[in-house]
Amino acid sequence: MVPVTIRIQTEGFDLGAEVQALRAGRLDVGAVASFVGVCRDHHPGQCAPGHVQAMELEHYPGMTERAIGQMVEQAQQRWPLLGVTVIHRVGALLPGDDIVLVAVASSHRGAAFAACEFLMDYLKTQAPFWKKETTPQGGQWVDARESDDAALRRWGVASDNAQSGQT
Amino acid sequence: MQVSIRYFASVREAVGLAQEAHDLPETVQTVGQVRDWLRALDGRHAAALATDKPLRMACNHTLCDAHTALQPGCEVAFFPPVTGG
Repeated sequence: MVPVTIRIQTEGFDLGAEVQALRAGRLDVGAVASFVGVCRDHHPGQCAPGHVQAMELEHYPGMTERAIGQMVEQAQQRWPLLGVTVIHRVGALLPGDDIVLVAVASSHRGAAFAACEFLMDYLKTQAPFWKKETTPQGGQWVDARESDDAALRRWGVASDNAQSGQT
Repeated sequence: MQVSIRYFASVREAVGLAQEAHDLPETVQTVGQVRDWLRALDGRHAAALATDKPLRMACNHTLCDAHTALQPGCEVAFFPPVTGG
Protein backbone atom coordinates (compact mmCIF):
# COMPACT_ATOMS: atom_id res chain seq x y z
CA MET A 1 0.00 0.00 0.00
CA VAL A 2 1.28 3.42 -0.95
CA PRO A 3 1.13 5.76 2.05
CA VAL A 4 -1.41 8.52 1.47
CA THR A 5 -1.86 11.36 3.96
CA ILE A 6 -4.74 13.82 3.55
CA ARG A 7 -5.29 16.44 6.22
CA ILE A 8 -7.53 19.50 6.48
CA GLN A 9 -6.34 21.59 9.40
CA THR A 10 -6.31 25.09 10.85
CA GLU A 11 -2.70 24.94 12.05
CA GLY A 12 0.38 25.38 9.88
CA PHE A 13 2.62 22.60 8.56
CA ASP A 14 6.35 21.92 8.39
CA LEU A 15 7.40 21.14 4.81
CA GLY A 16 10.63 19.45 5.91
CA ALA A 17 8.91 17.26 8.47
CA GLU A 18 6.20 16.24 6.02
CA VAL A 19 8.71 15.31 3.31
CA GLN A 20 10.76 13.33 5.84
CA ALA A 21 7.63 11.48 6.98
CA LEU A 22 6.68 10.74 3.36
CA ARG A 23 9.95 8.96 2.66
CA ALA A 24 10.72 7.60 6.14
CA GLY A 25 12.14 4.09 6.02
CA ARG A 26 11.86 3.88 2.22
CA LEU A 27 14.90 3.09 0.10
CA ASP A 28 12.92 2.84 -3.15
CA VAL A 29 12.08 6.56 -3.28
CA GLY A 30 14.23 8.31 -5.84
CA ALA A 31 12.37 11.59 -6.10
CA VAL A 32 10.15 13.81 -3.98
CA ALA A 33 8.40 16.80 -5.57
CA SER A 34 6.52 19.25 -3.36
CA PHE A 35 4.43 22.37 -3.86
CA VAL A 36 3.47 24.93 -1.23
CA GLY A 37 0.75 27.48 -1.95
CA VAL A 38 1.10 30.72 0.03
CA CYS A 39 -1.33 33.50 0.97
CA ARG A 40 -0.35 36.72 -0.86
CA ASP A 41 -1.10 40.31 0.17
CA HIS A 42 -2.25 41.35 -3.32
CA HIS A 43 -3.02 40.17 -6.84
CA PRO A 44 -0.41 41.57 -9.24
CA GLY A 45 -2.01 43.83 -11.84
CA GLN A 46 -5.29 44.04 -9.93
CA CYS A 47 -4.58 45.72 -6.59
CA ALA A 48 -1.75 47.29 -4.59
CA PRO A 49 0.55 45.47 -2.16
CA GLY A 50 -1.14 45.25 1.24
CA HIS A 51 -4.64 45.12 -0.29
CA VAL A 52 -5.30 41.65 1.11
CA GLN A 53 -5.10 42.02 4.88
CA ALA A 54 -6.28 38.53 5.83
CA MET A 55 -7.99 35.48 4.40
CA GLU A 56 -10.67 33.09 5.63
CA LEU A 57 -10.80 29.62 4.09
CA GLU A 58 -14.02 27.62 4.23
CA HIS A 59 -14.49 23.97 3.23
CA TYR A 60 -17.16 21.29 3.08
CA PRO A 61 -16.19 18.76 5.77
CA GLY A 62 -16.52 15.24 4.44
CA MET A 63 -16.81 16.16 0.78
CA THR A 64 -13.42 17.89 0.74
CA GLU A 65 -11.57 14.84 2.07
CA ARG A 66 -13.49 12.60 -0.35
CA ALA A 67 -12.69 14.82 -3.35
CA ILE A 68 -8.98 14.90 -2.49
CA GLY A 69 -8.95 11.12 -1.95
CA GLN A 70 -10.45 10.62 -5.41
CA MET A 71 -7.88 12.87 -7.07
CA VAL A 72 -5.05 11.02 -5.33
CA GLU A 73 -6.48 7.74 -6.66
CA GLN A 74 -6.52 9.22 -10.16
CA ALA A 75 -2.90 10.30 -9.78
CA GLN A 76 -1.95 6.81 -8.64
CA GLN A 77 -3.56 5.33 -11.75
CA ARG A 78 -1.55 7.66 -13.98
CA TRP A 79 1.88 7.48 -12.37
CA PRO A 80 3.83 4.90 -10.31
CA LEU A 81 3.73 6.80 -7.02
CA LEU A 82 5.34 5.70 -3.76
CA GLY A 83 3.62 8.18 -1.46
CA VAL A 84 1.36 11.24 -1.46
CA THR A 85 0.75 13.94 1.16
CA VAL A 86 -1.92 16.63 0.73
CA ILE A 87 -2.45 19.16 3.52
CA HIS A 88 -4.84 22.09 3.13
CA ARG A 89 -5.38 24.71 5.78
CA VAL A 90 -8.77 26.25 6.62
CA GLY A 91 -9.85 29.06 8.90
CA ALA A 92 -8.11 32.40 9.40
CA LEU A 93 -4.86 33.01 7.49
CA LEU A 94 -2.58 36.02 7.01
CA PRO A 95 -0.45 37.06 4.03
CA GLY A 96 2.73 35.00 4.17
CA ASP A 97 0.98 31.99 5.69
CA ASP A 98 1.15 28.62 3.95
CA ILE A 99 -2.20 27.48 2.52
CA VAL A 100 -1.61 24.11 0.90
CA LEU A 101 1.05 21.42 0.60
CA VAL A 102 1.21 18.68 -2.01
CA ALA A 103 4.17 16.30 -1.82
CA VAL A 104 4.65 13.27 -4.05
CA ALA A 105 7.26 10.50 -3.84
CA SER A 106 8.18 8.28 -6.76
CA SER A 107 11.13 6.37 -8.17
CA HIS A 108 11.90 9.06 -10.73
CA ARG A 109 11.47 12.81 -11.01
CA GLY A 110 9.17 12.75 -14.06
CA ALA A 111 6.33 11.05 -12.23
CA ALA A 112 6.88 13.10 -9.07
CA PHE A 113 6.82 16.46 -10.88
CA ALA A 114 3.84 15.53 -13.06
CA ALA A 115 1.71 14.06 -10.26
CA CYS A 116 2.40 17.04 -8.00
CA GLU A 117 1.23 19.48 -10.68
CA PHE A 118 -1.75 17.29 -11.61
CA LEU A 119 -2.86 17.16 -7.97
CA MET A 120 -2.64 20.93 -7.58
CA ASP A 121 -4.52 21.53 -10.84
CA TYR A 122 -7.20 19.10 -9.66
CA LEU A 123 -7.42 20.64 -6.20
CA LYS A 124 -7.89 24.18 -7.54
CA THR A 125 -11.09 23.36 -9.43
CA GLN A 126 -12.59 20.19 -7.93
CA ALA A 127 -12.11 20.34 -4.15
CA PRO A 128 -14.71 22.32 -2.17
CA PHE A 129 -12.71 25.15 -0.62
CA TRP A 130 -13.60 28.84 -0.77
CA LYS A 131 -11.38 31.86 -0.03
CA LYS A 132 -12.68 35.12 1.39
CA GLU A 133 -10.24 38.02 1.54
CA THR A 134 -10.33 40.90 3.98
CA THR A 135 -9.57 44.12 2.07
CA PRO A 136 -9.95 47.86 2.75
CA GLN A 137 -13.35 47.52 1.01
CA GLY A 138 -14.43 44.72 3.35
CA GLY A 139 -14.70 40.96 2.91
CA GLN A 140 -14.62 39.72 -0.69
CA TRP A 141 -15.08 36.15 -1.94
CA VAL A 142 -12.36 35.23 -4.40
CA ASP A 143 -13.55 34.55 -7.97
CA ALA A 144 -12.75 31.25 -9.65
CA ARG A 145 -10.46 31.55 -12.68
CA GLU A 146 -10.96 30.03 -16.13
CA SER A 147 -7.19 29.52 -16.31
CA ASP A 148 -7.44 26.99 -13.48
CA ASP A 149 -9.98 24.95 -15.47
CA ALA A 150 -7.69 25.13 -18.50
CA ALA A 151 -4.81 23.84 -16.36
CA LEU A 152 -6.78 20.72 -15.43
CA ARG A 153 -8.01 20.16 -18.99
CA ARG A 154 -4.36 19.82 -20.08
CA TRP A 155 -4.46 16.46 -18.28
CA GLY A 156 -7.55 15.37 -20.21
CA VAL A 157 -9.90 16.00 -17.26
CA ALA A 158 -13.09 17.98 -17.95
CA SER A 159 -13.40 21.06 -15.73
CA ASP A 160 -15.92 23.91 -15.86
CA ASN A 161 -15.72 25.20 -12.29
CA ALA A 162 -15.30 28.86 -13.26
CA GLN A 163 -17.85 28.89 -16.08
CA SER A 164 -20.64 31.36 -15.46
CA GLY A 165 -23.72 29.22 -16.07
CA GLN A 166 -25.33 26.34 -14.24
CA THR A 167 -25.48 22.77 -15.42
CA MET B 1 -38.75 12.81 0.46
CA GLN B 2 -36.53 13.88 3.35
CA VAL B 3 -33.49 15.81 2.14
CA SER B 4 -30.88 17.80 4.03
CA ILE B 5 -29.57 20.93 2.33
CA ARG B 6 -26.23 22.61 2.93
CA TYR B 7 -24.94 25.96 1.74
CA PHE B 8 -21.37 27.22 1.60
CA ALA B 9 -19.44 30.47 1.17
CA SER B 10 -21.30 33.30 -0.62
CA VAL B 11 -24.41 31.13 -1.08
CA ARG B 12 -24.50 30.41 2.68
CA GLU B 13 -24.24 34.13 3.42
CA ALA B 14 -26.95 35.01 0.89
CA VAL B 15 -29.41 32.41 2.20
CA GLY B 16 -28.55 33.28 5.81
CA LEU B 17 -28.35 29.58 6.74
CA ALA B 18 -25.63 26.92 6.68
CA GLN B 19 -28.07 24.03 6.52
CA GLU B 20 -31.72 23.09 6.64
CA ALA B 21 -33.86 19.98 6.23
CA HIS B 22 -37.04 19.59 4.21
CA ASP B 23 -39.63 16.97 3.43
CA LEU B 24 -39.97 17.62 -0.29
CA PRO B 25 -43.12 16.98 -2.36
CA GLU B 26 -43.05 14.01 -4.75
CA THR B 27 -42.76 16.32 -7.72
CA VAL B 28 -39.21 17.18 -6.63
CA GLN B 29 -37.00 14.42 -8.01
CA THR B 30 -33.72 16.06 -9.08
CA VAL B 31 -31.13 18.40 -7.57
CA GLY B 32 -32.22 21.13 -10.01
CA GLN B 33 -35.82 20.72 -8.87
CA VAL B 34 -34.65 21.11 -5.25
CA ARG B 35 -32.98 24.39 -6.25
CA ASP B 36 -36.21 25.56 -7.93
CA TRP B 37 -38.35 24.50 -4.94
CA LEU B 38 -36.04 26.34 -2.52
CA ARG B 39 -36.07 29.48 -4.69
CA ALA B 40 -39.84 29.67 -4.23
CA LEU B 41 -39.52 29.71 -0.41
CA ASP B 42 -38.59 33.38 0.03
CA GLY B 43 -36.56 36.25 -1.34
CA ARG B 44 -33.28 35.20 0.27
CA HIS B 45 -33.42 31.72 -1.25
CA ALA B 46 -34.55 33.17 -4.59
CA ALA B 47 -31.57 35.53 -4.71
CA ALA B 48 -28.98 33.05 -3.42
CA LEU B 49 -30.00 30.28 -5.83
CA ALA B 50 -30.80 32.48 -8.86
CA THR B 51 -30.16 30.66 -12.10
CA ASP B 52 -28.25 33.55 -13.69
CA LYS B 53 -25.37 33.16 -11.23
CA PRO B 54 -22.67 30.49 -11.25
CA LEU B 55 -23.83 27.85 -8.82
CA ARG B 56 -22.27 24.47 -8.20
CA MET B 57 -24.08 21.56 -6.62
CA ALA B 58 -23.29 18.29 -4.94
CA CYS B 59 -25.31 15.25 -3.89
CA ASN B 60 -23.96 13.03 -1.11
CA HIS B 61 -20.52 14.68 -1.23
CA THR B 62 -20.09 14.31 -5.01
CA LEU B 63 -20.21 17.16 -7.52
CA CYS B 64 -23.33 16.77 -9.66
CA ASP B 65 -25.57 18.70 -12.03
CA ALA B 66 -29.20 19.80 -12.02
CA HIS B 67 -30.33 16.51 -13.59
CA THR B 68 -28.92 14.32 -10.80
CA ALA B 69 -31.69 12.23 -9.21
CA LEU B 70 -32.35 12.53 -5.48
CA GLN B 71 -32.18 9.58 -3.13
CA PRO B 72 -34.15 9.41 0.14
CA GLY B 73 -32.16 11.00 2.94
CA CYS B 74 -29.53 12.44 0.63
CA GLU B 75 -27.51 15.55 1.41
CA VAL B 76 -27.71 18.20 -1.31
CA ALA B 77 -25.30 21.16 -1.26
CA PHE B 78 -25.23 24.43 -3.18
CA PHE B 79 -22.15 26.62 -3.39
CA PRO B 80 -20.24 28.99 -5.68
CA PRO B 81 -17.32 27.86 -7.88
CA VAL B 82 -14.51 26.57 -5.67
CA THR B 83 -11.37 28.63 -5.00
CA GLY B 84 -9.01 26.54 -2.89
CA GLY B 85 -5.36 25.73 -3.39
